Amino acid sequence: MSALIRYISKPHPLTGVTNAKLGTWCFLASEMMLFGGLFSAYVLLRAGSTAWPRGSELLNVPLATLNTLILITSSVTMVMSWASLIMKQEKGTGTSKVPGTFSFYMGSTILLGLAFLVVKAFEYGSKFSHHHFPGTDIFYGIYFTLTGLHGLHVIGGILLNTYFLFPGSRLWQTEPEQFTGRIECAGLYWHFVDLVWIFLFPVLYLL
Amino acid sequence: MKYYGWGLPFDASAHGAAIDRLIYVIHIFMAVLFLGWAIFLILSLVKFRARPGHKANYKLNHFKAPTYAEVGVALFEVLLLVGFSFPIVSQVRDQFPSTAEALEVRVVAEQFAWNFHYPGPDGVFGSSDIHLISPANPVGLNPEDPAGQDDVTTINQFRIPVGRPVIAHLSSKDVIHSFAIPVMRVKRDMIPGQVAPIWFEAKHTGNFEIACAQLCGLGHYRMRGFFTVQTQDEFEKWMNGEVQSKLGAAVPPASAPVPAA
Amino acid sequence: MKHDSHPLPFWRKYIFSTDHKVIGVQYAVTGLVFLLFGFALMMLMRWQLAYPGKPFPEWIAKMFSDQQMISGIMLPEFYNQLGAMHGTIMIFLGVVPLAVGGFGNYILPLQIGAPDMAFPKLNMMSYWSYFLGGVTMFASFFVPGGAAQSGWTSYPPLADIATVGQTVWLFGMVFLITSSLLGSVNFIVTTVQLRADGMSFFRLPFFVWAQFVTSFLLLLAFPPLEAAAVLQLMDRLAGTSFFLPSGLVVAGKVLERSGGGSPLLWQHLFWFLAHPEVYVLILPAMGIVAEVLACNTRKPIYGYKGMVYSVVFLGFMSFIVWAHHMFLTSMGTVMSSFFQITTMIISIPSVIILTALVLSLWGGSIRFNTPMLFAIAFLPMFGMGGLTGLPLGLAAADIHLHDTYYVIGHFHYVVAPGTIFALFAGIYHWFPKVTGRKMSEFLGKLHFWPSFILMNGIFFPMLLMGLAGVSRRLWDPTQYAHALPTQPLNVLMSFCAWGMALAQVPFILNFFGSIFFGKKVNENPWEATTLEWSAPSPPPHGNFENPPVVYREPYEYSVPGQKHDFWPQGMKEEN
Repeated sequence: MSALIRYISKPHPLTGVTNAKLGTWCFLASEMMLFGGLFSAYVLLRAGSTAWPRGSELLNVPLATLNTLILITSSVTMVMSWASLIMKQEKGTGTSKVPGTFSFYMGSTILLGLAFLVVKAFEYGSKFSHHHFPGTDIFYGIYFTLTGLHGLHVIGGILLNTYFLFPGSRLWQTEPEQFTGRIECAGLYWHFVDLVWIFLFPVLYLL
Repeated sequence: MKYYGWGLPFDASAHGAAIDRLIYVIHIFMAVLFLGWAIFLILSLVKFRARPGHKANYKLNHFKAPTYAEVGVALFEVLLLVGFSFPIVSQVRDQFPSTAEALEVRVVAEQFAWNFHYPGPDGVFGSSDIHLISPANPVGLNPEDPAGQDDVTTINQFRIPVGRPVIAHLSSKDVIHSFAIPVMRVKRDMIPGQVAPIWFEAKHTGNFEIACAQLCGLGHYRMRGFFTVQTQDEFEKWMNGEVQSKLGAAVPPASAPVPAA
Repeated sequence: MKHDSHPLPFWRKYIFSTDHKVIGVQYAVTGLVFLLFGFALMMLMRWQLAYPGKPFPEWIAKMFSDQQMISGIMLPEFYNQLGAMHGTIMIFLGVVPLAVGGFGNYILPLQIGAPDMAFPKLNMMSYWSYFLGGVTMFASFFVPGGAAQSGWTSYPPLADIATVGQTVWLFGMVFLITSSLLGSVNFIVTTVQLRADGMSFFRLPFFVWAQFVTSFLLLLAFPPLEAAAVLQLMDRLAGTSFFLPSGLVVAGKVLERSGGGSPLLWQHLFWFLAHPEVYVLILPAMGIVAEVLACNTRKPIYGYKGMVYSVVFLGFMSFIVWAHHMFLTSMGTVMSSFFQITTMIISIPSVIILTALVLSLWGGSIRFNTPMLFAIAFLPMFGMGGLTGLPLGLAAADIHLHDTYYVIGHFHYVVAPGTIFALFAGIYHWFPKVTGRKMSEFLGKLHFWPSFILMNGIFFPMLLMGLAGVSRRLWDPTQYAHALPTQPLNVLMSFCAWGMALAQVPFILNFFGSIFFGKKVNENPWEATTLEWSAPSPPPHGNFENPPVVYREPYEYSVPGQKHDFWPQGMKEEN
């Protein structure tokens, strides 16, 4: 049935994008409004407070820096996994399995995502052990809410990427172009998650 | 005298006439616009009903009148803003009377009552603390503070003198309430954590009422207060009586401990 | 074009279907059921308002528990639950799903000549997420303490300290937000990517434009509410104080929270959604009315391009007027002037669209069938709703009218006799497309006339009560001296509301009866021009026999030199 719907694997001649890519951009626009709303909330709360703590004095900056590096690296591996498909596709392979380089880079992306979560878990754990909870004060409240929601997005990305690494990769054998498009969209999402962290890190930890 | 009926309530305030004038002007404007427009609608429906021998006209009409009407509406809206709304809002919200001439009062809302806190003859509010709040001390007045000794508090009873501006500092203990006095054309949200000053001046004496205009819980409907505008003499007499009874009551136990909160 | 040869099992075809038409019908029927449910809640409230504190008739009273009614008398907390849930259900579970999920899903792909939505599986998930949201909202009546009771606006701190029903409400909202997010992505991509050859943007029927702009509003306005819902959930479940300032004393006790939050933060985030939401409610209705008017005046819409520009401008402006709901908070005069100006500006495109629709009647040959009656009634009713918005948008007049019945009258004129009449017009208009049968004209008129009169009987008195200064959301308005003189109006409104329920009986009979016994019609019974009428009725899976090609503007009626008075968009030759 889906064969009737156009522009699933080939881009629309006028808009220059596939359906999935346009949809991903729309989704990211709405995500932008979600985090935009939360960042505005942060600004409003901070502007309205009498004493706002310095994040660097309460939070673990080295661990967060490590996490920033981990996420940036994972964005690079994500691009590499997509590039490996593009290169293979240009060589013109038919029904073979997904390229090994793809599996390697995609696997690395997933592992780096998991590493990010592990570091985050250590950070949360040390906060809890010092009896710092979301309800402690407004700063910890916004810290846990923003990083927690971002963490959920990371988990979502890991699940998505795992799907494309294993069962989802069968599409490569029948529709390599469509599969490459999907990896590109997953990449857009992963970069967005990365970008949110790039904003969160200075806002919460440094300013 | 009948204060309430159909249509706008009685206007007992100095600034209310301007608000009422705006409400009347805009409703006349709306009525004229709606009627003119409804007549055109009905005319079109009758004139162009489907009937044998009548055919629709494909050629697009180019009407000039609606464009003029729309420009007219836009200009009228500008007039409403600049001529009415902006000056009234600026008068009500920004141009406060001097604290020397005005009567100041704190209004502290709670589920589901209004507390009024007058500074007394010294004109200075005694300090208060939320930890001192009790049924006997609803605004949490500090009994140690000398400035608070002559302060008067009332529950659901708001008295003001006629012809003297009143500055009310609105706050809330728990949830959002909205302080509405229909006859004074006064309404303002009371956001917990904020103190919102408003001012108004009564030009008529009488017994009126205060309503809560913001859903504040299951007792929202019964959060009614009494609002009394008195002559300056009557008001002073009442105020002196309150202060005397408070100070009088406070004199004998001055050596005795303050009743436990 | 090859069609699916193997038949799908029943549950894939009618329950977990990915066909936009089945999903559209699912949305529409669920939406209608929730409209009826929300209406029933309101009828209960109207008893209490007409006869405050008087026991209900016994057959009604025995349906409710002791937490809701005691010896037949409605409790104030139950009244507040009904109020909050009436608003939530009507907006998020009734009107939007019917207007966008129902009509948008069914009609939009057909009108642009697409075989389906761009993402059929997401479309299915969108419906089921909505369904879950509906079930969650419905279930919240049965949790301890009952459903949410802090108004559909859920202002904290009241909502932060409310019973568990508020938490359920927030989870329900998360489902509903997810649903509209999936839906709006789908609508935008479908409209941009899947238009038939020749269907340029200025050949789109106005309905598609309205849905397209609506989708952007849903896509961009809902996430801030989701952010607000997340923050309120944290406040309620994790003990944070985003909306709680320091030093609250609730019921005589100091609230043990860290404080430092801001109740106004919620209002900003909420109204940033909820004002565009108003246009989500009204734009699809304008789209439906434009379709029905063009078809039944037998002439092109007046000022089509102007209407398109207006609707896009409306969508944009709707993002910068939200704080006119907050004139009575601590907003400074500069901010209040800004939002008064934007509010006055946004009235201009609405006036343009309405004027264009009225002028479309001039020079036509007007057929007064049931869909047309509802569409015509929309015009003055929406006019009333729009005009009564003016005094509320002027901060000075708003001092007296804010949070009174005037507000309720105003937005109900927009949504009930406005949008809901347009939705009825749409149902009567497109019923033949969905079922291949027409609804009864007699029952349709029996539905229209009483509904039209009673609607005004319900909502016009509200404006009068508002001018008298009666606050909204009062369990017992007779507590106030200033509300007593207008109390007879409450009795009148209640009888009109109950009469309104009776007036819907012909519609329900007509709706179900016509599915089986309606007059069978061909694929284009109204002799309309837009593409959906060139598909078979009901359209098969994949919609069109051959991918349609579009040759002209959407409303080519009564073109001189043509034999017929309609010239379909997809017809190459002369007609």
